[in-house]
Amino acid sequence: MAQPENLLYSKEHEWVKIEGDNAVVGITDYAQNSLGDIVYVELPRVGKQIEQFGNVGVVESVKAVSDLFTPIGGEVLEINDALENDPASVNRDPYGAGWLFKVKLADANEKNNLLSPADYDKIATE
Amino acid sequence: MYTPHTQADIRAMLDAIGVGSLDELLAVPDAVALKAELDVVPALPEYQIARRFDRFAAKNTGVDAISFLGAGAYRHYTPPAIATLAMRGEFLTAYTPYQAEVSQGYLQAIYEWQSYICLLTGMDIANASVYDGATALAEGAIMAINANGRKRLLVSRAIHPNYRAVLKTYCDGLDVEIDEIALAPDGTTDFAALKAAVATKAYAAVALQSPNFFGNIDTLDADALAAVRESGTVPIAVIAEAMALAALATPASWGAEIVVGEAQSFGVALAYGGPYVGFIASTKEHMRRIPGRLVGKSVDNAGRTAYVLTLQAREQHIRRERATSNICTNQAHCALIATIYLALMGKTGLRDVAALNLERSRELATAVSSLKGVDLKFHAPFFNEIVVDVHQPAGAVLAKLQERNILGGVDLGRYYPELSTCILMNATELTSSGEIEALTTALSEVVHVHANV
Amino acid sequence: MSTQTSNELGTNAAPPLIFELGQEGRANRYVEEGKPLEQFLPKVLLRDDLPLPDNSELDVVRHFTKLSQRTFGIDLGFYPLGSCTMKYNPRINDAMAARGEFAQLHPYTPDEFSQGALQVMYELERSLASLFGMAAFSLNPSAGAHAELAALLIAKKYFKDRGEPHRDKVIVPDTAHGTNPASAAMCGFKVISLPSDERGRVSVEEIKKVLGPDTAVCMMTNPNTLGLFEDHIHEIAAAVHDVGGLMYYDGANANAIMGNVRPGDMGFDLMHLNTHKTFTIPHGGGGAGHGPVGVAAHLVEYLPTPVVRAVPSGNTKTSNGRPVAPSDAMTFSLDFDRPKSIGPMRSFWSNFAHAVRALAYMYANGADGLKKVSQLAVLNANYVRVKVADFLETPYPEICRHEFVASAQELKKATGVKALDIAKALLDHGMMAPTMYFPLIVPECLMIEPTETESKETLDHFVEVLRGIVETARKEPETVMAAPVNTVVGRVDETRAARQPDLKWEPVSA
Repeated sequence: MAQPENLLYSKEHEWVKIEGDNAVVGITDYAQNSLGDIVYVELPRVGKQIEQFGNVGVVESVKAVSDLFTPIGGEVLEINDALENDPASVNRDPYGAGWLFKVKLADANEKNNLLSPADYDKIATE
Repeated sequence: MYTPHTQADIRAMLDAIGVGSLDELLAVPDAVALKAELDVVPALPEYQIARRFDRFAAKNTGVDAISFLGAGAYRHYTPPAIATLAMRGEFLTAYTPYQAEVSQGYLQAIYEWQSYICLLTGMDIANASVYDGATALAEGAIMAINANGRKRLLVSRAIHPNYRAVLKTYCDGLDVEIDEIALAPDGTTDFAALKAAVATKAYAAVALQSPNFFGNIDTLDADALAAVRESGTVPIAVIAEAMALAALATPASWGAEIVVGEAQSFGVALAYGGPYVGFIASTKEHMRRIPGRLVGKSVDNAGRTAYVLTLQAREQHIRRERATSNICTNQAHCALIATIYLALMGKTGLRDVAALNLERSRELATAVSSLKGVDLKFHAPFFNEIVVDVHQPAGAVLAKLQERNILGGVDLGRYYPELSTCILMNATELTSSGEIEALTTALSEVVHVHANV
Repeated sequence: MSTQTSNELGTNAAPPLIFELGQEGRANRYVEEGKPLEQFLPKVLLRDDLPLPDNSELDVVRHFTKLSQRTFGIDLGFYPLGSCTMKYNPRINDAMAARGEFAQLHPYTPDEFSQGALQVMYELERSLASLFGMAAFSLNPSAGAHAELAALLIAKKYFKDRGEPHRDKVIVPDTAHGTNPASAAMCGFKVISLPSDERGRVSVEEIKKVLGPDTAVCMMTNPNTLGLFEDHIHEIAAAVHDVGGLMYYDGANANAIMGNVRPGDMGFDLMHLNTHKTFTIPHGGGGAGHGPVGVAAHLVEYLPTPVVRAVPSGNTKTSNGRPVAPSDAMTFSLDFDRPKSIGPMRSFWSNFAHAVRALAYMYANGADGLKKVSQLAVLNANYVRVKVADFLETPYPEICRHEFVASAQELKKATGVKALDIAKALLDHGMMAPTMYFPLIVPECLMIEPTETESKETLDHFVEVLRGIVETARKEPETVMAAPVNTVVGRVDETRAARQPDLKWEPVSA
């Protein structure tokens, strides 16, 4: 299964989309599929400084809970408030309406620690 | 006992398994094999078990005494219909309702319990119960710590001493510090001290009990609540006498975000301390931090109303070391008893009981304080307990009352050295005028005798 | 009023909520009428409204009777729930606990007025200590997980007193109950999960790799949750003790070992019991439980308070000169004055009514009877295991203890039918489902614990029902996947329950 080409990925199944100095973060289609019906997402507070690959929240499905690791470090600019009432959008549209949070990048070089679509595809199709 | 196996069954089953004997089936390495002689109570036929317990029962003479004991465990009337219903085998012998399809009745009862607790406290959500009032306080405090990340708690010294002791046991494990707020002269919490303390913004939560351990109504006023909110501290209300909820302004109305308490008063037997039933209720904001089980209303695959345990991802069996609590077994059966009690009493019955508690405790207060050498220690508005100062060691006075078959109350010196001449006395709807008279007669003799020594 | 009659005979619809019944003023006269509250307290201290329903006693009796009929307990059928020990709950236990002399005894009753209650606690405590090879127990904790927390708090305090507060690692096998890591985390310990070996056990070599000067406690249950006896337990205990750590025994599986092997003899320093499992206290739909915590001699001072203290009273003969039982010649008190104790775990002394039940069960059995209980529990589990192995995988095909695990993994690959589907199909046959998906290391796990109170006929019937379900799964899997169909509701929409939580009834706003 091909992964969206405009994104970078982490081994923990998060994606990041770099837009200038900022980035948008979410979980991959593979991740939402293996978690099942997502019922709640706990996100970091706006304004919080987060470190690349640090634990910043949790994703809960009906019968599982999984730590959320940020693929990129920086300051949290915005979180997807809509998830509070509609966590299912992470299942429906993980790369669109189901985005999680936006970050002001601390260090643009951190993207070098991430996986390309092709490399992530190897993990996700194992 | 209670094993249905015949010798023929055992033989046939061993043959099916392919082993020669039960000993072979349970073989263990010699290094750990049992070598000691076991010293366990002897086996008795059932009728003799009852006789053995007759003997124990006869030595519990406290149940025949006139009692003014309260202090977190209360004598209230319990209609026999409660036992008839709660002791039905379907309820009694069920496990936790993980299999919703065959547990709809119990799940609905717990949903009703959660609803009752919300109605009584004014809170948004309530859990399916915790062990008791003290552990409810500990778990509620952990919720607050998880909410704002502060590792320090502020608790009123007018909270039940046992609850504070249990909180300390838990906090020793969590490496959380506890500071206590002093008492004001009227037997409520010192709000000036409270306001100064929360202003440091060091505390995860501030906990107050109302009615407090001394029976006094002890709630945040608007000024104190503003200071608590301003400091980002979570206000926790502690309820040790749930019957008061039927009369007093709800904890929600005076600003509590988390309400923890004990519901023994709702039909649960005194039973020398347990099992009782704790509850935790909170505002919506704390929903994902609430420990223990929650029952939710949903639908089944045919669209029928169906109840189910929900938000289980908070719990230990899924989250393991990251769970909000380690709680597994709770107090479902006691919660069921309390739910049946509340259903039977209803709004009218519950109001009546609350009014009778207010009335009888005032009768008690008037009667004892009219005695020479006996005074009420505090003069704040109270629910059904009073602090009686006998101006001499309370323990000695209580011992003299015991000789007259009266359990006069709890010696406060046990928990508050400065109150060693004070007795905590309780009156409920079951306290009769005759019992109050017996107490005052005895007390006047006892106090008088002591005063002359 | 149609909502009030929606549970007519012949319909399966949920009864209306208690809040949807009743009329204000339909009061039951249990107590006298009370005076207006304003006579006693200023209005500002009183609540505005008390929005609870008033129901007649008959309506309440019918409501909860209907709810009971929609609830499945041991009294209705076989309950093979692994690790939960759902055995018959003898009624004498409840009859003893309900006696007024116990049920109406106030916890602050002075010791001299509650000697009978204290004697019950003393006899139970002494019997448990002997049966499990511990120096002493405290009956204070309220349930298994609560006792587990008490035990870890004891360990924490013990190491602190010894000047070893740096010991912060707790070793937990991957087969452990979920409460083990959760309790460890509540004491600030870091959890090290230990993989099981191919025999489903903790290997001595593996555990030695993680042991060190930072080891605090190793938490194990034996037999483990696969139902297997950890036959190297004494070597494991020696290795843990060699590095200065403590051994903790999770007593959830104690029904397998009575009169056979004792945690104390296996090298455990701390343990808990779930007397609501092993000693037939009814589970009551999920509590109240009862969780005595036991310790070896070097940890007795740390037990939670209070503990029952006994001193000889001198009355060793009855009035007609016959010798009395040893405990009848004692005077008892509650001991709160224990400076090294971790403190109390709960509001009052113990779940005392459950101590009464557990002791009544002890008296029904004695030491020999309890040994037989464990033997027959193991017999029943092995009997079912060999029969089930005909048609389901049993990943550990050897003698088990009181429970065993089967796996539906092969069945799932072949048919799509999962362990969950099998479990739900059992409900259609008037049986409780086994524990599923636990322990976590066995895929599509069904964990089966028949207990000793079930007859061979019941076990044979269960096996045949299970066999029929597996056969159906191979022929028409969709039938099994649709189960249950004979229950009052079908599978419940858990996703909806979690996404849109509806956790209480709310009054319709006027």
